[in-house]
This record gives sequence, structure tokens and C-alpha cells, in this order.
Amino acid sequence: MASMRDIKRRKNSIQGTQQITKAMKLVSTVKLQRARTNAERSKEYFNCMYDTVNSILKRVGHVEHRYLTPGDSQKKAVIVITGNRGLAGGYNSNVEKLVTRHPEWTREDLVVYTIGSKGRETFLRHGYEVKACNNDIVESPAYTDAMGVSEELLKSYADGEIGEIYLAYTAFKNTVSHVPTLLKLLPVEISGESGEKESGASAIMNFEPEDVEALDMIIPKYVTSLIYGALMEAVASENGARMQAMDNATSNAEEMISDLTLKYNRARQGSITQELTEIIAGAEAIG
Amino acid sequence: MADSNSFLLRIITPERLFYENQVNMVEFNTTEGEIGVLPGHVPLTVIVKPGILDITEPEGDKVAALHAGFAEILPERVTILAEVIEWPEEIDEERAQAARERAEERLRSKASETDLARAETALQRAVARIQALR
Repeated sequence: MASMRDIKRRKNSIQGTQQITKAMKLVSTVKLQRARTNAERSKEYFNCMYDTVNSILKRVGHVEHRYLTPGDSQKKAVIVITGNRGLAGGYNSNVEKLVTRHPEWTREDLVVYTIGSKGRETFLRHGYEVKACNNDIVESPAYTDAMGVSEELLKSYADGEIGEIYLAYTAFKNTVSHVPTLLKLLPVEISGESGEKESGASAIMNFEPEDVEALDMIIPKYVTSLIYGALMEAVASENGARMQAMDNATSNAEEMISDLTLKYNRARQGSITQELTEIIAGAEAIG
Repeated sequence: MADSNSFLLRIITPERLFYENQVNMVEFNTTEGEIGVLPGHVPLTVIVKPGILDITEPEGDKVAALHAGFAEILPERVTILAEVIEWPEEIDEERAQAARERAEERLRSKASETDLARAETALQRAVARIQALR
């Protein structure tokens, strides 16, 4: 049986850890709330964008357009959004697994654009081709950051360096449920079911400039808004995941502490009993 | 509020709902030229070019600098998806002036490595900012 001092030392160290996890939980709760409102605000922009692009695509039909047909290159670009820090449960590794365990993808075909240093480390370690990445954006994503990323990707796409573009991020469903998601950005796939809503869907939409030219200009904006939306959701998910992980850690620590307290008290009682027995035995021996 | 003389104008940016109100008319720049929208316009989607956005409200006029995005025009509703848009009070005049001079300089120099299209957009943007302030 461990000595009283050992138990006490261990208990203190766990209490210290618990304080840290508790603080981290509080911090990520606050950050989560902020990230969540931001994500919700950007949703509206994205929804409008999505509806418009869908309605254009439906009208244009199957037209030969560089954004609608896969490029010649075999290379696929994947944007992977992870956090800069760990201690968020499976948050980072779940997104990474989407790419590393994809049944059809091989390491050679992929170019990984990482946002977030955790992802960058993993993909470099696994020998993937990792391209330009910016780790600071995940702290507080701005729309211009998303513009920078999409500009770069669209350029390599236009130059024929990459044939397809994917986006791996963690979608934020609610505080407790975050779903790692893989999205195809380019070529844009025309969704079969109608994403139309009540609003003026029946009216015939005209385009100025003409459809195909409009596609040229709208699709980059569409890609940007997707990246931006994904960034916002990823930030919210990261904080949500960290909050949960830290909550679990705190309650685990609580459990360990109460266990150790019990052990400590037993040890103390044991030692008192032993001392008493010794004194009485000593007294009897003299007397 | 709603009558046949007005329509709902919504300006949405990725970060916020920039503006939402019943208005009488809205004017802005598109790739095809300037456009003024009154209630009952035919459905139309246009691409925005940097310029001034002029909103005519029942109570008066409002101006903003609109830089990029596109607009969906319906008879009873106009939605502008703006990537970048600013109220005059959010514009830093000195910076806009500096940007304008820089862009003009780049256009003049005509060095082969300058991206002309980019410099031109930058110039338009700076001009729009300055005009919005006036």
C-alpha cells in the first residue's frame, strides 16, 4: 500500500491538472459561442450563393466549361482544415483520416493544402506533398483569407496542375456533434434534386453577362464562400470538440481525486491505528 | 411599409447582414455598365464591378462603396451578395488615396510583369472608396 505522502502528492498533481482542464474548458466554451454566431451569420451568405449557383447550373445544363468538367491532370488537391493545437479529442485526427484512409486515393495523386499546423505535421510525416499553407487563419478566419486560398487553388486548376479540388473539414451540427466532411469543390457537380425554395424559383432568371461568362465569375466566388463557410464551421467544431474533451478530462480527474481521497483517509486511519497499537503494546510491556 | 413603390433590398456579406430595408431604388456598377433598379424589375442576375452603391430610401439617400460580388434582382426583392462593401464611415480616406496613386503608377509604368487587370481593379476600388466619401 502506498504511503500517505505518495498518495497526497499524486492527488495534488491531479488537482493541478484538473484546474488546467477546467480553465481550458471555460475558454473553449466562450470561443465556441463566438465561433458559432459567426458561423451562423456566414450561413446566410452561403445559402444564397448556393441557390444562385444551382439555379444557374440548372439553366446552363451540361455545357463544356472548365469549371464543370474535370481537368486533364491526375492530381487532386485537398484542402484540409485542422486546428493549430491538440487536446481536442479526435478533432484533428478524424479530419486527417478522411484523406489518409480514403479508399480511392493514393499518396502520389494528392497535393495537400493544409490549414492548421496539426494537419501539416501529420501529412508531412506521412510523406504527402504538402503545399502552401497558412496556419494563422484558423485562429480567426476572415473572408480575405478564404479568398487567398481559393485564388491560389483556382490558379493551379487553370494552369492544369491539378484536376480536382476537394475540401476536408469538420462540419458543425451542434455543440456535441461534429462531422468530418469531405466536399468536392471543383469541378462543380450539378446536384440532381432541386435546392429551390419558394422564393421566385418559378421566375425565369436572366443573366448579364451571358450564362457561361457569368459562371466564370460566380464559381470562384462560390468556391471562396465554401472555403470560408468550412473555415467558420471548423473553428466552431474545434472549440466544441475541445470543450467536450476537456469536460471529460475534468470529470475523470474528479473521479480520480475522490478515489485518492478515500485511499488517503484509509491510509491515515491505518497509520493512526498502527501507532495506537504500538503505544498500547509498549505500555503493556512496561506495565 | 411595403407598397408598390418600394422593394426589399438585402445586402449580405460573408461576415454580416450589411443592410436590409424597404427601398425605392438602388443603383450600382455591373460588368455590363451602371444599373438602376426600381420595383418590378425583370428577374436578373448581374456581376458587380467596383463602384458606388446608391440606395434611395423613402427617407433619403444612402451611399456605400461596393467592390465585388453579384446581385440577384427579382421584381419584389433584390439581394446583393457582396464580398466587400463598406459604408463611407468605414473607409480610410488616406489609405484609399494612397492605393489610388499606387494603382495609377502601376498602370502607367506598363512593365511587363504588372498584372494589368489587377491594377485596374485596384484603381476602380480606390476610386469607388473616394467617391463614396464625397
